[in-house]
Amino acid sequence: MPEPTSPRGGRAGRGGGPGRARLLLRAVALGYLAALLVLPVGLVLWRTFAGGLGPVLSSLADHSVLHAFQITAIVAVAAVVLNTFFGLGVALLLARHRFAGKRALNALIDLPVAVSPVVVGLALILVYGRFAPVGSWLEGLGFQVIFSLPGMIIATVFVSLPLVVREVQPVLVEIGIDQEQAAWTLGAGRFTTFRRITLPAIRWALAYGVVLTLARAMGEFGAVAVVSGRLVDKTQTVTLLVEERFQNFDQVTAYATSCVMAVIAILTMIAINVLRPTSLAEKESA
Amino acid sequence: MGRGPGLGVGVATLWLSLVVLIPLAAVTLRAGENGWGGFWAAVTAPEAASALRLTLGAAVVVSIVDVVFGTLVAWVLVRDHFRGERVVEVLIDLPFALPTIVAGLVLLSLYGATSPLGIHLAYTRAGVVMALLFVTLPFVVRTVQPVLAELDPEMEDAAASLGAGRITTFRRIVLPNLLPAISAGAALSFARAISEFGSTVLISGNLPFKTQVAAVHIFGQIETDNVTGAAAVSTVLLVVALLVLVALDLLSRWGAKRA
Repeated sequence: MPEPTSPRGGRAGRGGGPGRARLLLRAVALGYLAALLVLPVGLVLWRTFAGGLGPVLSSLADHSVLHAFQITAIVAVAAVVLNTFFGLGVALLLARHRFAGKRALNALIDLPVAVSPVVVGLALILVYGRFAPVGSWLEGLGFQVIFSLPGMIIATVFVSLPLVVREVQPVLVEIGIDQEQAAWTLGAGRFTTFRRITLPAIRWALAYGVVLTLARAMGEFGAVAVVSGRLVDKTQTVTLLVEERFQNFDQVTAYATSCVMAVIAILTMIAINVLRPTSLAEKESA
Repeated sequence: MGRGPGLGVGVATLWLSLVVLIPLAAVTLRAGENGWGGFWAAVTAPEAASALRLTLGAAVVVSIVDVVFGTLVAWVLVRDHFRGERVVEVLIDLPFALPTIVAGLVLLSLYGATSPLGIHLAYTRAGVVMALLFVTLPFVVRTVQPVLAELDPEMEDAAASLGAGRITTFRRIVLPNLLPAISAGAALSFARAISEFGSTVLISGNLPFKTQVAAVHIFGQIETDNVTGAAAVSTVLLVVALLVLVALDLLSRWGAKRA
């Protein structure tokens, strides 16, 4: 009888050694990943540094580039802070309380991921734009939302809204309320219970959600492209700058800034992969 | 525990309304500004209809390719072991972390006019599909992988010992168990593909009737001050996205029932 595929080799070691079919599948899978991910990203890194480090560094020291990094940092950090508070609060509500409309809230949290970034931008313009009811009222108070930082922050909050909630909520459900109730009966207040019991239990899930939110916020392009007005040196983020420079044939700067973003992305991924197994292991041991 | 959730629910609902719900409602209101007839005319205008057709068609193609290759990659990551497996495991998340505009630039570098391979996908529909495959890669892999890891290899061994070939074992034992996860991953890929903007901007060259996807079309309409037209096409995308979300919800119930 021919040897079966020996899928058990999966966990216990090599089993009977890789068969020909397995090698073929491996080659196809890795070939696909190489053609789609590794070669394109590798080529950009190589082309960026082919001319040496000098031109890369001088293009990154450009005033507009530095300004764009600053805008991206402000928008991303603001969005992360807002979404962390909102995400924690909503996760606690959904995991710990019963209230009317809970199912609707739970479903609506996922809505932003399915909306096109351009539609997000359009939606915000229609409410907060200069000629929209809310926007003109705010402008009367001297507060400009669209074509300015507040609009860019709201757009970024929109696109990354569910990420913290969806990481924290399942962990809250899984750890249950026994420990919280114990602390509660021993006289700990709400805040102390949260800080000493709940927060330590969810810290890895929270960190994972924050890293995901940060990556999404820094990389956002479409929504920010619409609401920022793409004003160079004013509302231009790094992703908007990459597009502008690429379209204007300033390849060196477009590639150099892309490389910086790619390196940040790679570091983010490593962080994600370090955080994920830890949180899973914690969940299992809890 | 303590006070009721009333205040928290109120704040969360208010925030969600200000950021998400009221703006999205404003889009549909604007789309209906000229009545049903106006909406229909805007959506069936040649350029809009062509962009929507391309978007939906490309999303279907992308979902199918993602199902095949995503399942394959998940299988290789779970059942196969080789040097550098951990690196591949990390790489899968790259499209989630890489800004979409950088994804477009990176693909143009290898498959654009300056391609060292002599493959020119810039300004073609194949290029658009390629960009969408890049950004949707992790979905099927990440939904299938945990289910496959949980799947007991004993069942497959039993099937094999009863004389089932590899293909039969996969088709009769593995595939039915993975189906809810594969469908959920495909739905996520589809939803992302119809809404994608950043990665397709550079590679599509924004050619109406040829490579212009819906999101790029909407962007152009906003830029040229045809906000009502943009809102109409946006509404179509929103409705499709809502249907996909409902489908996902049903799929997760189905998966839970089978587990």
